[in-house]
Amino acid sequence: MIDIHNISKWYGEFRVLTDCTTKVSKGEVVVVCGPSGSGKSTLIKCVNGLEPIQQGQIHVDGAEVTAKGADLTALRSRIGMVFQHFELYPHMSVLENLCLAQEKVLKRSRTEAEERARALLARVGMSEHSTKYPSQLSGGQQQRIAIARSLAMDPIAMLFDEPTSALDPEMIKEVLDVMVELAQEGMTMMVVTHEMGFARKVADRVIFMDVGAIVEDRPTADFFDNPESERAKDFLSKILNH
Amino acid sequence: MDYNWNWSVLLEEQYLDWLISGFGWTIAVALSAWCIAIVIGALVGVGRTVPNRLISTLCTAYVELFRNIPLLVQMFIWYFAVPEMVPEDMGRWMKRDMPNPEFVTAVVALGLYTASRIAEQVRAGIETVPPGLSAAGKAHGLSLSQIYRYILLPISFRLIVPPLTSEFLTVFKNSSLALTIGLLELTAQSQQIAEYTFQGFEAFTAATVIYVCIALLATVIMILLEKYTRIPGYVGKEG
Repeated sequence: MIDIHNISKWYGEFRVLTDCTTKVSKGEVVVVCGPSGSGKSTLIKCVNGLEPIQQGQIHVDGAEVTAKGADLTALRSRIGMVFQHFELYPHMSVLENLCLAQEKVLKRSRTEAEERARALLARVGMSEHSTKYPSQLSGGQQQRIAIARSLAMDPIAMLFDEPTSALDPEMIKEVLDVMVELAQEGMTMMVVTHEMGFARKVADRVIFMDVGAIVEDRPTADFFDNPESERAKDFLSKILNH
Repeated sequence: MDYNWNWSVLLEEQYLDWLISGFGWTIAVALSAWCIAIVIGALVGVGRTVPNRLISTLCTAYVELFRNIPLLVQMFIWYFAVPEMVPEDMGRWMKRDMPNPEFVTAVVALGLYTASRIAEQVRAGIETVPPGLSAAGKAHGLSLSQIYRYILLPISFRLIVPPLTSEFLTVFKNSSLALTIGLLELTAQSQQIAEYTFQGFEAFTAATVIYVCIALLATVIMILLEKYTRIPGYVGKEG
C-alpha cells in the first residue's frame, strides 16, 4: 500500500533523511519511533507529499507520490492525516470542519457530507459538540474530531504525526482508544508516536529511527523483546523504565 | 481675541448647500476609493504570499511603489502627468471629455495608494495564520486556491479588522487632499465658505465636526463587523 524506496532529504546542506526504505501493507499498523530530531515526522510527511524529497521514490496504492507533476491533491484526498496540534479550522464549527473537504474535494452534497460527518462524530463520541467551535473544546476532543475529519474522506490509509504529544496526560487515553479501534477494524496506519503501550497493543511492526535513518524495522514483539541495535536498546530503556 | 462669532452663516442656504455638497463628495471619494483599495489590496496582499516568485515580486513592487510616494505627489502625477504620458487620443479624452475628472482622478489615486497599505495588512494577516492549518488543508486534498478561499482568507480577514478600521478612517481623512486637484469636497467647501464670509472658525469647526461624525460612524460599523465575524472562543474576548 505504502512503498517507501530509498528516500533521502536535505534541508540545504543538512541531511534529514538517509536512504530510508520500508513498506506498509494493506491493513497493517506500523509505529515509527525514535528520539526527537530523528526524522520520523519528516518521513511521514513525505508519504503524502507535504515534504518534498530529493532522492528515492514513494508509491501509495501504486501511484508515485514523488513523480514530477504527480496529482498530489487527488492522492492526498485518499490518505488521511492527523497532526500533533490537531489543526482544526478555528473559524468553522465542528460539523463544517468535517464537511469542507468532503464537499470541495470529493464533491459530495451538503446533506451527504453532513450525514457522513454525523456518523463519524458519533463514532468518536463527539455527537453533542457538532455545533461548537474548536477552541471551545479540550485537546483530546479536538484530536478526536481531527481523526473523524480525516476519516470523512474515506481514506485508504491514515498517517498520524505524534497525535498525543500535545495532550494532557488524562486526554491521551481517549484519543488512543479511537486509534486502537481504528487499527482493530483493519485500517492501514502509519503512526509516529512515543506511546509504546499503543505500539505493543496494536502495531504489527515498529520502525526505529535515529539521525534520519531507519535503524530497526521489525515485528513488534521482536522489537520490544530483543532490539538489535545499541541505539534502540538505549532508547527503550529510557522510555520504558521511568 | 476680538472675533465676531456668527454661527448662523452655516445655516444660510448657499453655505449650507456647499457644506452638504462637500460632505457628499467626501463620502463619494472615500467610499469609491475604499472599494478599489479593498479589491486591489486583497489581490496584491494575497499575491505577495503565493509560492509563485514572479507574482510575489510584482506584488511587492506594487506595494513599494505606491506606499513610498507621498499621496499628494501621486494625486498630481495622476492629474497632471498621466494624461501627457498616455497615447495622445486617450490623453485628450482624459483632459477634455472625461466626466468629473477631479473626482475620477482622486478616486484612482487614493484607491491605489490605500490598496498598497491594505495589501500589507492582508499579507500580515495571512502570515499570522498558523502554517499547520494550510498543511491540514493540503493533506485533505484542497487545492492552493481552495486553501486561500476557505481557510487563509476567512481567518486573516478577521485578524485584520482592527488595522483595517484605522485604514478606513484614514481614507476619509486623506480624501481631503483631493482639494489640491480642484475637487470641491468638504475641506475645499469650508475653505470657500471661510473666504466668502470671513467666518473661518465656524466653517472649519463645521468641517471638523462632520469629519469626526463620519469617523465615529465608521468606527461603530467596524466594531459591529468585528463582533459579527468573531470566532467563538478564538481571538480576543468572548462576544
